[in-house]
Amino acid sequence: MVELLQDKDRIFTNLYGLQDWKLEAAQRRGAWLGTKEILEQGRDWIIDNMKASGLRGRGGAGFPTGLKWSFMPKEVTNRPHYLVVNADESEPGTCKDREMLRHDPHLLLEGCLVASFAMQAHACYIYVRGEYVQERGRLQAAIDQAYKAGLLGKNACGSGWDFDVYMHHGAGAYICGEETALLESLEGKKGQPRLKPPFPANAGLYGCPTTVNNVESIAVGPTILRRGAAWFKSFGRDNNAGTKVFCISGHVNAPCNVEEALSIPMKTLIEEYAGGVRGGWDNLKCVIPGGSSVPLLPREICDEVLMDFDALSAVKSGLGTAGMIVMDKSTDVVAAIARLSYFYKHESCGQCTPCREGTGWMWRVMERMVSGEAETSEIDMLLDVSKQVEGHTICALGDAAAWPIQGLIRHFRPEIEQRINNYRANKPVFVPPNEIAAE
Amino acid sequence: MSARRLAKEQPDSFALSASSKKEIAKWIKKYPKGRQRSALIPALWIVQKQAGGWLPAPALEAVAEHLDMPYIRVYEVATFYTMFNLAPVGEHHIQLCGTTPCWLRGAGDLKKVCESKIGPQTHGGMTVSADGKLSWIEVECLGACANAPMVQISNEDGDDYFEDLTPQTFGALLDDLAAGRKVKPGPQNTRHTSEPITGTKTLNTKGLYNKVKKKKLPNTGKAKVKS
Repeated sequence: MVELLQDKDRIFTNLYGLQDWKLEAAQRRGAWLGTKEILEQGRDWIIDNMKASGLRGRGGAGFPTGLKWSFMPKEVTNRPHYLVVNADESEPGTCKDREMLRHDPHLLLEGCLVASFAMQAHACYIYVRGEYVQERGRLQAAIDQAYKAGLLGKNACGSGWDFDVYMHHGAGAYICGEETALLESLEGKKGQPRLKPPFPANAGLYGCPTTVNNVESIAVGPTILRRGAAWFKSFGRDNNAGTKVFCISGHVNAPCNVEEALSIPMKTLIEEYAGGVRGGWDNLKCVIPGGSSVPLLPREICDEVLMDFDALSAVKSGLGTAGMIVMDKSTDVVAAIARLSYFYKHESCGQCTPCREGTGWMWRVMERMVSGEAETSEIDMLLDVSKQVEGHTICALGDAAAWPIQGLIRHFRPEIEQRINNYRANKPVFVPPNEIAAE
Repeated sequence: MSARRLAKEQPDSFALSASSKKEIAKWIKKYPKGRQRSALIPALWIVQKQAGGWLPAPALEAVAEHLDMPYIRVYEVATFYTMFNLAPVGEHHIQLCGTTPCWLRGAGDLKKVCESKIGPQTHGGMTVSADGKLSWIEVECLGACANAPMVQISNEDGDDYFEDLTPQTFGALLDDLAAGRKVKPGPQNTRHTSEPITGTKTLNTKGLYNKVKKKKLPNTGKAKVKS
């Protein structure tokens, strides 16, 4: 029996918005508690503790947060430092940052101050995805409250550090979740990723040293520092420390967001919190474990796999954003992945040829596989093309478009072949199993 | 990527209203001096609201002039970002999420409701009802996957998510909007936000919301942290 995370160890105690989001209530829940003392410990103390906590970035790539902060130049020259918070949440299957923005905005704002102080940034921009109109209104209201209470602005929290937070928003482009595309967008341009190097820590926003972090990575910072790196590290396995907000969507009885310890078994997570798979665990077909960009996992792997960075990459998938998309046996999995291919085709920024042309090509072939009109030999051709897109683009969108298809072919190749055969035999290409049983 | 172009029919002129200018000024103040171009996306959003939900070409010119930047740079941004509507929309503009998490939970059935009540889906574009009251478009993931299927509806009152829809509740919602009745945003079932519909198993421990007391910071003084 797996031990579940207890409420006292949850960081986002207002995840569902059942409590008041405003400053006073947030302070009762522990936000902005002793922020001045944290800052008084100094930059090195903050960064050392963040490193020691083992926190890995919560936006998808899983890069150690403390280490990222330490990449910023030690001395501020004539170019100011910036912190940019990536709240451009748009990875299909992921809906966690939205809850933090609208229900626990003060945890995020306090995190912005602590992180910015550690990186010697006097200004922070929070880039909220355009569609989150209500959420950005809420965030702005929280910013205004914090300014009024002296927690932000000149001499923030009485620490002697001047600090401004600005809410910025996008206008509907998945690619702006990529950090350099986000910076371009923040400068008022099309969101097309930049070549790296130079990395943002050297030349980011307006050419100045910049660190871009996910909402969750920043929002958990102050709580980690208050409760201790060892506390955070006590959850999850080695190298996969801490708690994490998981999003569970798709064919479960009770889709939800929930904060749990990393390394919790996937089956436990789905059964304990999301009411189990529709029709029972045996009715599970596959799960995309970390947002649409990671390869799906068939049921046999889901039985045992742990939800953390290393366990999921060992089964050739990834934790990504921890947005789980669950599919039961009634799912036309080829169509489900084809819909994702359409998504990537739609969201490609058009800058690199392999991605611009490749995503459209892969989508069109996927559509023919859905209808069964493809040739069997095209399965290998599709796999081959996906590998030519992967790793040959400026940003990871090309990889993200290739991986779901590679996962599909890896685990459900017979199903694609069967559709092609069915189509040729003039039979329906896809019949859900319950209908077969009913016949 | 999708090719997006300006509408064929365009108004002759467009002027920024005083309130739009005031709103834009607030944004320009957020960025360092000389970086007013950063306010472009928020400015276009404000102007889209002023113009009734879409961006006519003369409005792009007005924004370019206001932010002191070349028209082509504004055009690029307006055609790149999909929240900028380049043709007139209905009084209530519905963005229906069709990406896999919503699709798995019945976005396809919601599309049929739109098709029957508003009009057939057009490839890569939006459909406006004959009376101009409603318009709809299929969009990509709106980031509310635990409350799928869902739509975002934009009108004079703002931009709201309507979640946990069924064809029945969605059909009724469209009827209410067309008839000018008030509607309630958020989940359209018994859920509050993204908690499980069966009730919360977490965050309900007794005493969890008592005032948190300040404690001594760990790893300070002599107790240095090992990294």
